Amino acid sequence: MNDEQTSTHIPEAPATMSPAAAPEELVLKVRNLSVDFPTSDGVVHAVRGVSYDLAPGEVLGIVGESGSGKSVASMALIGLLPGTARISGSAKFRGEELIGAKDKRIRSIRGQRIAMIFQDPMTAMNPVHQVGKQLAEAVRAHHDVSWGAAHKRAVEMLDLVGIPQAKSRAKSYPHEFSGGMRQRAMIAMAIINNPDVIIADEPTTALDVTVQAQILETLLQVKDEVDAAIIMITHDLGVIAGMVDRVNVMYAGRTVESGDAFQVFDRPRMPYTAGLLGSVPSASKDTTLLTPIPGSPPSLVHMPEGCPFSPRCPLVQQVCIDTEPGLASTDEVEHFSACHRWEELVDDPEPRLLFRRKQVAT
Amino acid sequence: MTDAELRPANAMPPSDKALIVVRDLVKEFPIRGGGLIKRTVGHVHAVSGVSFEIRAGETLGLVGESGSGKTTTARAVLQLQRPTSGSVVFEGRELTTLDDRQLRDVRRDMQIVFQDPYASLNPKMPINDIIAEGLKVHGLWDKSGPDKVAGLLREVGLRPEHSNRYPHEFSGGQRQRIGVARALALEPKFMVLDEPVSALDVSVQAGVLNTLSELQERLNIAYLFVAHDLSVVRHISDRVAVMYLGKLMEVATSADLYTRPMHPYTQALLSAVPIPDPTLERQRERIVLHGDVPSPINPPSGCRFRTRCPKAEEVCATTEPPLAELEPDHFVACHFPEVVEVGLAEDVPVSVSR
Repeated sequence: MNDEQTSTHIPEAPATMSPAAAPEELVLKVRNLSVDFPTSDGVVHAVRGVSYDLAPGEVLGIVGESGSGKSVASMALIGLLPGTARISGSAKFRGEELIGAKDKRIRSIRGQRIAMIFQDPMTAMNPVHQVGKQLAEAVRAHHDVSWGAAHKRAVEMLDLVGIPQAKSRAKSYPHEFSGGMRQRAMIAMAIINNPDVIIADEPTTALDVTVQAQILETLLQVKDEVDAAIIMITHDLGVIAGMVDRVNVMYAGRTVESGDAFQVFDRPRMPYTAGLLGSVPSASKDTTLLTPIPGSPPSLVHMPEGCPFSPRCPLVQQVCIDTEPGLASTDEVEHFSACHRWEELVDDPEPRLLFRRKQVAT
Repeated sequence: MTDAELRPANAMPPSDKALIVVRDLVKEFPIRGGGLIKRTVGHVHAVSGVSFEIRAGETLGLVGESGSGKTTTARAVLQLQRPTSGSVVFEGRELTTLDDRQLRDVRRDMQIVFQDPYASLNPKMPINDIIAEGLKVHGLWDKSGPDKVAGLLREVGLRPEHSNRYPHEFSGGQRQRIGVARALALEPKFMVLDEPVSALDVSVQAGVLNTLSELQERLNIAYLFVAHDLSVVRHISDRVAVMYLGKLMEVATSADLYTRPMHPYTQALLSAVPIPDPTLERQRERIVLHGDVPSPINPPSGCRFRTRCPKAEEVCATTEPPLAELEPDHFVACHFPEVVEVGLAEDVPVSVSR
């Protein structure tokens, strides 16, 4: 197994550390997080050395396609992965190590200090209990309060996330709510214990755009209300563009680019990001031709040597095939890229067209 | 102007170029009671009087939120679900009165690509059989058959050598291409694409969309492109119809609809779509609609959008606004239509030499 070898490629995190924030102030400090799943076909390297920091109140976007490891990396933090998962590395929540912590300790953090919003609120809620009761249960799991007090808190939260007639709707069952209302109830449940971190895993993917707009607005409002940081996991570049402070782009289990939203969208330093941006149609302009990224993501069992994006990359050179680049600084402050050839993109006025030009050229 | 306003939707003159003319299409599903005798206790008004036409070789995008009836409309057009009332004329032939045997002939010219590439391909059939099935059913399978299948695979960007493989050996994007090849086998004139890329990752989605555009250009197939993703629809469509709760709200050319929408629902919808550009995305003002889409079992009186419309007045509850041609090729169903210029188009330089 070349686990050891893989991890040696990963530098001791120049990561996404903001020098302004002293490490003590960080709510979350993730270093070299790796997750492997042994399967009958071999070991799936779902996450391969992810490092990032999360400051209080910050909104961090994690964007990637299916299989990039974006969800697994976050679930690992709060012990939501199946027992077969092999997790290594470090994830410190306010200085306290989460990886390898006792179940009991994780349980007291999860839902209270680090809350989670799932993609599908229908399966995330218990269909046979009233919504209000489920929220009250979340309070009582962490606080020694009466049902009455917990229920009162539940109603307050439902009201806060914009559910009309919260008091009577608290008696409803999840199926009596519409998709948007269920997701609001999920948000209410996530913030009910005033968490420091909210992990939102594709919170609006199952919703229509008009409802998505409402939910994202609500999420940002209540985040300020309870003063939480958000990790926003999504494949939707539009959602990321509108709301995050920093973006981590993930590919094949690694962070391949990290920077603030403007840096990553306007001046990408990793061909994969450029390709991703060039392949999405936009409702705001006419696109005559979309440029797909050729090929498909690598198998996480049999990872290619070198940069995992090299088989699909227009800028590929021998060095990319030989060694996997680590996340390193670029020409911009706080903008990191895992690419040997990021400099090629510096003078590119329209990096989104990178793949198209290369396809025309060949 | 007043003339146009008064002209009801079904008076939309069928242009001679129209391949398909849909008039007053209605599809209702009965709701049966729970007792011993399953009495009909109500109806789901999935599609309530929709009229549009599709010209040969063009793409009509049909957008709407979930539950707006867009998929039901597409299926009713193909007669996969028989409409409750209304008419669908394909190449001058009325489809709603045809029996199943007659329909089978017409269906050669009308195909569909489904949303879920995992559920829509038979897992026990190698893909050459999947693609050849239509040819066999219609008695068109002969010695040249295998070559035809190989040609189709090449056409959609797959390798003919892989024709003996089974669906599970392909990725989502490749499977969707197989679905397209199957639909193309009978050389249709019209294809319904029901959310063909919504299950795919963006980098893969672009490839499938490009293939669809190329095929259309070459084979002159008309598409009815059903999707909830407004960005994708803008990219692929010549004209776009916006649907809400079983009714068409606005129909216009893609350029018009996205740059100068006239219906408040279209405007809200467009303002809600996230744009993958942080500068634009953070500047723009958003019209946030309140509440959810009402139930199609008991749709609102008058204009169906009025319960969420920022402009709604009394007349909206009493009178249903007809889908009227307010500008050439721009139809709007609203009592208070108003052009709103969406001036985002120029901000993004796209200088592409193709």
